[in-house]
Amino acid sequence: MKLEHFANDIRLTTLEMLKHKTFGHLGGSMSIVETLSVLYGKHMRVDPQNPTDPLRDYFVLSKGHAGPALYATLALKGFFDKSLLKTLNDDNTTLPSNCDMNITKGIDMTTGSLGQGFSAAVGIAKGLQIQNKNNHVYVIVGDGELNEGQCYEAMMFAVKHKLHNLTVFIDDNKLQLDGFRTDISDTADFKQRFNAFGFHTQTINGHDVHAIDSAINEAKNTKGKPTVIILDTIKGKGIKAFENRADNHHMRFSDHDNTILEETIKALKEGQS
Amino acid sequence: MKPPRDLRVVYQETMHELLGQNPDIVLLEADLSSAITTNKIDARFSNRIINCGIQEANMMGVAAGLNVSGLKPYVHSFAPFVSRRAYDQVFLSIGYAKRDVFILGSDGGISTEHNGGTHMSFEDIALMRAIPGSTVLEMSDDIMFEHILKQSLSFKGLTYVRIKRRGMKRLYPEDATFEIGKGNVIKDGCDATIIATGIMLEEVLNAHEQLKAHGIDAAIIDMFSIKPIDKSLLFQYAEKTGLIITAENHNLVGGLFSAVTEALSPHKIAIIDGIGVKESFGQVGLTPYLKETYHLTAEAIVKKVLSYKNH
Ligand SMILES: Cc1ncc(C[n+]2csc(CCOP(=O)(O)OP(=O)(O)O)c2C)c(N)n1
Ligand SMILES: [Mg+2]
Repeated sequence: MKLEHFANDIRLTTLEMLKHKTFGHLGGSMSIVETLSVLYGKHMRVDPQNPTDPLRDYFVLSKGHAGPALYATLALKGFFDKSLLKTLNDDNTTLPSNCDMNITKGIDMTTGSLGQGFSAAVGIAKGLQIQNKNNHVYVIVGDGELNEGQCYEAMMFAVKHKLHNLTVFIDDNKLQLDGFRTDISDTADFKQRFNAFGFHTQTINGHDVHAIDSAINEAKNTKGKPTVIILDTIKGKGIKAFENRADNHHMRFSDHDNTILEETIKALKEGQS
Repeated sequence: MKPPRDLRVVYQETMHELLGQNPDIVLLEADLSSAITTNKIDARFSNRIINCGIQEANMMGVAAGLNVSGLKPYVHSFAPFVSRRAYDQVFLSIGYAKRDVFILGSDGGISTEHNGGTHMSFEDIALMRAIPGSTVLEMSDDIMFEHILKQSLSFKGLTYVRIKRRGMKRLYPEDATFEIGKGNVIKDGCDATIIATGIMLEEVLNAHEQLKAHGIDAAIIDMFSIKPIDKSLLFQYAEKTGLIITAENHNLVGGLFSAVTEALSPHKIAIIDGIGVKESFGQVGLTPYLKETYHLTAEAIVKKVLSYKNH
């Protein structure tokens, strides 16, 4: 399937899931859709029938609250039945708000306390290196999440240990929970910062599947250091009326919001492969 | 009578008032300002409301430093993030260094609902209690929270206050008063004593009615001041009723049950048992489901009491 079409389906499926639940982490789910499409649609070696296959590439969603987009991706790949998506966040569900490796097929690490997934991804990469394995590790970190000091400890470790089997994506959607990152917490340039730590650094349009594809190729061909791919993204991408809004982090949909969602879902269905 | 307010609104409105009265007060947030609504406080106080971003450990160190400089910090995040996530900073820079810092942990235990296991703290009270010199409180309603906030400028050392942000029922009359170290007797009784805090009081009040039908007249104590705990009240009711049952939205290890047991154990004057979370992590769900799952219900309390009374 074409990566654009896969992205279209992930966005559609995620929105249907959130609309069904009537609330959820919309903004940060929408901004990673294209990256998930390229990872799961092309680059990652995974076997939906055997989610813990030792030969698989690993994926850590360190910004664990974007679980819905990942669940949609995994369901579309066949890790579990699509009907399960209707149980998002229900009592006794296997699809909780934040990713949980012990209850969801295809989830490689439990996340939700921001900053911790980054270190775990670094640990997986180091473990594979020790065992002379060539599986690749991918981790998505939020731009707000990079407030956490732990991230900088993880970065230092990854560079010191020359973890070229690690690719870090920063979902630079410019927003955190309380509003725009540069107003709240952090005005520095990620590219300079990661360069200074010793990463191979690329900045791309995070909604362009071809740019993501070639950036991953470049990461895989980089030796002796980890790669960071800074994704220039839009929080809430794909629902024009919600895009870039400071209140799109976690939404409870009003009647008006539902109308907007329905229109978007309709348009995405028309764009289906 | 004023209608009951969400506790997050009480924090916003009371801190707004206090910021105006006292130039030393500083509020600290870690990207959950909108969750507790301090983002709605008047912009003229914006230089004393610091949103640190998602950096709880640094925030605790900064709070300690602000206090060294002569200011009075009030720090907020979700309960697991101010406790588990930043514990050594809280323990050393605030506790050990004897800094006067007010820490608000919101949505402790099952109250975090849909945020699930990573955000569900059954240990925050245990962690905070273990710090020498700390004060540990859980709020029962809006009247109590406002009262405590208004006293809080005089609190010394580390104070940890746990609240549920939304949807707490009104328990107290508007003129009620609260004192650190003093439990509140909600109902007197002579057959058993049920001690609880926070959201568990609602279950206890239910249990009280059900126990009546069994001919059991139970006393209810709101032990909102978990540390220091009201030892003399505990002795009085231990002697009077001979049976103490605690109920908490927290792990049995280190919380209210532990505090009550530790206070009474040398005296062996009553049977003490408790309901609370046992050897479990959190999960997503709505409060009724989570209460059932972790046995934090009126039925569980009744069963516990009857197990000692039905011989
Ligand atoms: C340690 C920790 N502190 C606070 C939170 C609450 N929280 C959840 S998401 C979020 C904002 C995240 O911003 P960002 O990383 O930019 O994510 P995105 O914009 O992609 O949603 C916050 C503060 C948390 N999950 N973990
Ligand atoms: Mg962001």
